[in-house]
Amino acid sequence: MKTVYVDNNATTQAAPEVVDAMLPFFTERYGNASSMHSFGGGLIVDIRRARARVADLIGARPDEILFTSGGTESDATAIHAALQSNPGKRHIVTTRVEHPAIKNLFEQYGQNGYRVTVVPVDGQGRLDQETLLKSLDDDTAIVSIMWANNETGVINPMDDLAREIRSRGILFHTDAVQAVGKLPIDVGRTKVDLLSMSAHKFHGPKGIGALYIRKGTKFKPLVVGGHQEAGRRAGTENVPGIVGMGKACELAGQHLEDVGTRVRRLRDKLEQSLLRAVPRSMANGGQSDRLPNTSSIAFEYVEGEAILLLMNEHGICASSGSACTSGSLEPSHVLRAMGVPFTAAHGSIRYSLSHYTTEEEVDFIIAKMPPIIERLRQMSPFWKQAMEQAKAQA
Amino acid sequence: MWEYTDKVKEHFLNPRNVGAIENADGVGEVGSLACGDALTLYFKLDGDGRIQDAKFLTFGCASAIASSSALTEMIIGKTLEEAEKITNEDIADFLGDLPKEKMHCSVMGKEALDKAIAHYRGEAARAPDGNIVCECFGITDREIEKTIREHRLTSIEDVTGYLKAGGGCGKCHDNIQQIMDHVFGQPVSIQPQAKKMTNIQKIRLIEETLEREIKPALHQDGGDIELVDVDGVRVMVKLRGTCAGCSAAQVTLKNVVEAKLRELVTTDLVVEEVRA
Repeated sequence: MKTVYVDNNATTQAAPEVVDAMLPFFTERYGNASSMHSFGGGLIVDIRRARARVADLIGARPDEILFTSGGTESDATAIHAALQSNPGKRHIVTTRVEHPAIKNLFEQYGQNGYRVTVVPVDGQGRLDQETLLKSLDDDTAIVSIMWANNETGVINPMDDLAREIRSRGILFHTDAVQAVGKLPIDVGRTKVDLLSMSAHKFHGPKGIGALYIRKGTKFKPLVVGGHQEAGRRAGTENVPGIVGMGKACELAGQHLEDVGTRVRRLRDKLEQSLLRAVPRSMANGGQSDRLPNTSSIAFEYVEGEAILLLMNEHGICASSGSACTSGSLEPSHVLRAMGVPFTAAHGSIRYSLSHYTTEEEVDFIIAKMPPIIERLRQMSPFWKQAMEQAKAQA
Repeated sequence: MWEYTDKVKEHFLNPRNVGAIENADGVGEVGSLACGDALTLYFKLDGDGRIQDAKFLTFGCASAIASSSALTEMIIGKTLEEAEKITNEDIADFLGDLPKEKMHCSVMGKEALDKAIAHYRGEAARAPDGNIVCECFGITDREIEKTIREHRLTSIEDVTGYLKAGGGCGKCHDNIQQIMDHVFGQPVSIQPQAKKMTNIQKIRLIEETLEREIKPALHQDGGDIELVDVDGVRVMVKLRGTCAGCSAAQVTLKNVVEAKLRELVTTDLVVEEVRA
């Protein structure tokens, strides 16, 4: 059976060019970049080239890029650095729809004596900017707001937010893990102080990410030890990963236009076709500015895990906002924050496309989904109730 | 991804006895949309009092559907006395086991069966025994204690797997641990004594708790609540928006509003609804 992979917000396939670029660094060129001999030390040149490619993708300078193990570490490093550098300030701000890497981190800071403001969103996933700006004061150390949401793809107005937050002398961090490689990003225009990214979300390898740190931003390392990364992140450089991320950034820059046009068209086709074919379905955050590759569709009165497993029978890979698929028993905090009712939150499926998604694959999904939903609805007591109610009203 | 047995997968992909029975002899409904799974079980008896036909409608994950399907196969041909001896473990065994995190699906099957039999016999549905511990899923201390004893559960994750208790916000984890410590005879940590409050302090705290803890949750579903009066331990409220007239409102009032106020204000409060 062929795999139809539309779970690219979870992870992506490494591009063949990325794998090719990495391989020599496991075999012929396995040295340690900190060594005095040129066999190891010479790798600094490769790291420098990769750093420049990462910087290029987001309009930064190479010395503003810090390599980490991924998005989660970048987030933790950014918040740690901001709070350690501003020890007098005890207020931190984020949103209700963040990735667990930020959500749980902020909860932990909250338990450790920080005052935490968690800004709500509206039914379309749009940030309540008034509440955000009102919460800011002299005690606020940092605001962390994701560039784009991983579940719905909803994009925040980053230029405005950066201007407002930084004009108050407050640090602004963004978890841009879902945005990098899908949207053009230029930190020269969008003046964030700190930005997290992760290579495996845009066809790079897993286990490598980066934190952009605007020049002049005070910094304290999270991981201490050796002097790597100019003393900002200890630990032997993950050279294959760094080289792979550099290559992935170079390719992502070349593929941005495809993602913004062809992939967007495929996403729109998928979404509109499913909404037409399946009654009582809706696009979560569908009226907001969204990532071009993401569609979150709620199928009412059915449960996400069951949908995913029936999709799996056709080789279709996606993910769900349902409780049953996660460790927790509550449906997605993102959909609940948007006020998506339980009838729909449990049955929400996220389709996330990539540069490698084909029209044939989208057509396959469009053909397979409606019978899956219909089959589960025929088993659902709530669907029976809803249909009886509708009949009574008619 | 869960590791389901082939039998679970098979019953999920080809469920037996899906549907409703018109004029069923017994009907048992458990679960809710909010909880993420629900099951309605129907059965019909033949002249000899044996279950001639059983059908189900289930909203839920693969293991919920498979458990329901298994249950109908297990009870068809049995008398009610035989059927009521079936335990949730029997359902899990029939399926060749369920992941620990999914044991609640078999528990749900057992509950639906009990309810359907009670319905046939004309017995009133039993009110949950004890005090609510897990507010997210409305699970009481008695139920938790019983399940811990029966299945020798030793971790909060296991309790969540069986009952869902503790699987939502996680605030009840300490309480579940205490019940477990109590069952296994370990020292129970001592609850801090509640502070004595003046009336004004109490009313302010009730208001604050409603604002901060309860209203945001109700707003998400288009409802609202208003504090009308406080008289001793009686807290009188009005429900608004979609809460007014919602059949689940009474449950919310007791399981969420009252439980929350008891947790954060004083343990003796009673919430009453005042109708407009």
